[in-house]
Amino acid sequence: MSKQRTAAIVNGDPVEFLSDPGQTLLDVLRDELHLTGSKEGCGSGDCGACSVIMDGRLVCSCLVLAAEVEGCRVETIEGLSTGSTLHPLQQKFLDHAALQCGFCTPGILMASKALLDANPDPTETEARYWLAGNLCRCTGYDKIIKAVLDAAAELRQDRKSA
Amino acid sequence: MNKPVKPEETGTILKVVGTRPIRPDGVEKVTGRAAYGADLHLPGMLIGKVKRSPHAHARIISIDTRKALALPGVKAVMTSADMPDLAAEHYEAGESASNLKDLSANVMARGKVLYHGHAVAAVAATSNAIADQALDLIEIVYETLPHVIDVEEAMAEGAPILHEQMVTAGLGETPTKASNIATKHRLDRGDLAAGFASADVIVETRYSSAAVHQGYIEPHACVASYAADGQTQVWSSSQGHFVIRGLCAKLLKLRFSDVRVIPAEIGGGFGGKTTVYLEPLALVLSQKSGHPVKMVMTREEVFRATGPTSASVVTVKMGAKLDGTITAAQVDLKFQAGAFAGSPVGAAVMTSLACYDVANFEITGWDVVTNSPKVAAYRAPGAPNAALGVECAVDELAEKLGIDPVAMREKNAVRNGVRAPYGPVYKNIGYVETLEAIKSHPHMAIPLGPNQGRGIAAGFWFNIGGESTVNVSINEDGTAIVSTGSPDIGGSRASMAMMAAEVLGIGVEQVRPIVADTASIGFSTVTGGSRTTFATGMAVVQAAEKLVIDLKRRAAETWGVEIDQVVWQEGAAHCLQAEKAPKGALTLAALAGSAGKTGGPIATVVALNAQGAGPGFGVHVCDVEVDPETGHVTVLRYTAAQDVGKAIHPAYVEGQIQGGVAQGIGWALNEEYVFSTGGIMENAGFLDYRVPVASDLPMIDAIMVEVPNPAHPYGAKGVGEVPIVPPLAALAIAVRHATGVRMHDLPLSPSKIRAAIDANAL
Repeated sequence: MSKQRTAAIVNGDPVEFLSDPGQTLLDVLRDELHLTGSKEGCGSGDCGACSVIMDGRLVCSCLVLAAEVEGCRVETIEGLSTGSTLHPLQQKFLDHAALQCGFCTPGILMASKALLDANPDPTETEARYWLAGNLCRCTGYDKIIKAVLDAAAELRQDRKSA
Repeated sequence: MNKPVKPEETGTILKVVGTRPIRPDGVEKVTGRAAYGADLHLPGMLIGKVKRSPHAHARIISIDTRKALALPGVKAVMTSADMPDLAAEHYEAGESASNLKDLSANVMARGKVLYHGHAVAAVAATSNAIADQALDLIEIVYETLPHVIDVEEAMAEGAPILHEQMVTAGLGETPTKASNIATKHRLDRGDLAAGFASADVIVETRYSSAAVHQGYIEPHACVASYAADGQTQVWSSSQGHFVIRGLCAKLLKLRFSDVRVIPAEIGGGFGGKTTVYLEPLALVLSQKSGHPVKMVMTREEVFRATGPTSASVVTVKMGAKLDGTITAAQVDLKFQAGAFAGSPVGAAVMTSLACYDVANFEITGWDVVTNSPKVAAYRAPGAPNAALGVECAVDELAEKLGIDPVAMREKNAVRNGVRAPYGPVYKNIGYVETLEAIKSHPHMAIPLGPNQGRGIAAGFWFNIGGESTVNVSINEDGTAIVSTGSPDIGGSRASMAMMAAEVLGIGVEQVRPIVADTASIGFSTVTGGSRTTFATGMAVVQAAEKLVIDLKRRAAETWGVEIDQVVWQEGAAHCLQAEKAPKGALTLAALAGSAGKTGGPIATVVALNAQGAGPGFGVHVCDVEVDPETGHVTVLRYTAAQDVGKAIHPAYVEGQIQGGVAQGIGWALNEEYVFSTGGIMENAGFLDYRVPVASDLPMIDAIMVEVPNPAHPYGAKGVGEVPIVPPLAALAIAVRHATGVRMHDLPLSPSKIRAAIDANAL
């Protein structure tokens, strides 16, 4: 089985990796690049724990073949904060206690970032439908939705004052 | 500096407990750095995988592993022949006991496979792909046997028998004939016939619920490393690494001291991660191969071979007087145990009438083995199933009598001094206060529209205490380390740090809480039974209090005064004889910095078996709208009130309530194991086994009622399990009032609701 060489930009940095034809982006992130923040909850695109942003689009990295990211920009949870400064979404998740076990959190944060990139002022219903592909079994989503809406408000404020 | 006051004058003003600080492990978890079970990578590590049964029930005639072993890259293959054949022995593991013989046969089938997905063999190879190929090369010959999954069918005469040697316990006499009924449980009081004779109204009803899975998002995962000298290390995501150690050691006949289990972060458990599946297999594979072995389940394996909780059938006969007084109750609970005995029906029996002060009752429970995965604990195990039947029966009675459902429950509510159906006399319970919180909540005044209905239900859980060990040490700069043996499944590090900070009089950010491995701290049982904040928290407080005494002694010696002349306040020792302490108070940092001169390091350990866990009660109200065209249920609003004793970190207490409600809504409306006629689960994935998603739910209003538990230093009661008890009934009752139809079988799927509405219209 010959491996394929792929070059991409992950969290702003150029990376190259070899992968088997059947390996997914999630496999490569976790096993080759050691970015284990993206989680595998199902491997079938149903739980969203592996959510990353690929060329601006939210994807389940378990449904993307590794070789498909050739030339793409991939954003993962490891790249969400800026240095030691948390992204407002991360900070609001902490402030609102929007995580319990934390396993779904990286995927939900990336999905939420994609939401706020696309829609800076979502309604509660829009946030709930956008995040419907990200399962959380601990929180009942209540505090997650509150954290996302609060982060959205803060980001809008930041934009206004910028 | 304020004038120092004696502790008895300080009252109970809390500075940290009851606030909402950011959890100490939070940043790790929002940045993706927290390491869960599958995140560890060791040099030379192999991948282990499990070969699983394609049949629901079959005899294993032969297993040939030679071709698999011959495949390049395969380093070990194992079957149950590689594990000790154990005698039946019970091993206490926190909330539940395991029969080691059964557990061994569950992690690796011995002689027979008892459910589709039952482990039969396992391999360790240098890659995922090679391990998969090796599984295909294992040749197994089966003789298939008839199977039974439905609990009532399994109880019936002539049902296929899973265990030829199993006879029913609890019948009074030992039967001679094998049965799938492992145990009959019974609890009674008073004169049932007289109770029913004095009733003005009697309802007889039956409710069933399907098997549902805990549905933690993190699949089971571990890494085992067996060294040549017999010392082993296991990294595992579990609710209790000491229990993982104990079970691995017992199943494989290892010395406890040779098994070191290191707790990974745990990605949800809800009871389902209080036992072992992969760890013993990874250990055997590591021993055979001489390499560390990682094993991670797929989601499909999680559904087919772990969890779930019991499918159940509950029948209730209940009688009441015209004023609503319940005079008699007869409850029968049939619980699916899965492949081995041990459903939570015992807890269902004990909890079923725990909210009601009923003079005459008889409760019967049946623990029934079936050709489905062995059930595991799931949040208040057994109680939601029982509450479904009992709460719906109470609603039926209230409806017949024309009594408001909250008033009906108040009329019959257990109060302090009432003897619980399961034995003890209730003390310091907050059930009527919780009912009152719902009665006066604005939710109750919101008018309902067409096709809308409101459901009210109550729930109970014991909560437990149990064994915990805690180390607290003061660092040289006066900050503190709190080590526990209790995995943090939903924010308990925060509550541990808060309680230590409260006692020590320092900021919570100055306390670093950690979960220590089995070689680094004394025994602590599982994070389960809603025990950790109560029991491990009690140990944290006692340890911190011991340190405060030690710190006061050190200050007294420094000042040359008696210890009773020293008070501890705001993180410092204060001398009541001001002239003896010309430089003023001695802070924790100052005392820590000079510890070498006052007796050495400042550290202590507390190991205890916490008693006096306060039982918890919850009352929920939910409003639904049912679409008569599609049968789809929309949950419009949901309010859950619960007596929590004292909320240490209120945000995480609310989170427990909201999470439990969401799981209960899933159980009521969507979730179920669907089996084919061949006994194969047909929906073993999150697409077809549908847990609630964000767009299915409204905000969940969590109301914390605080009736303190005097057994805990700050009054805490367990909170994690009660909230899953009422929702099944609350939803069923709400749908009844929205549609005019009583639905008796969960889940309340659209197709069932449509059929019921249509049948009712005829």
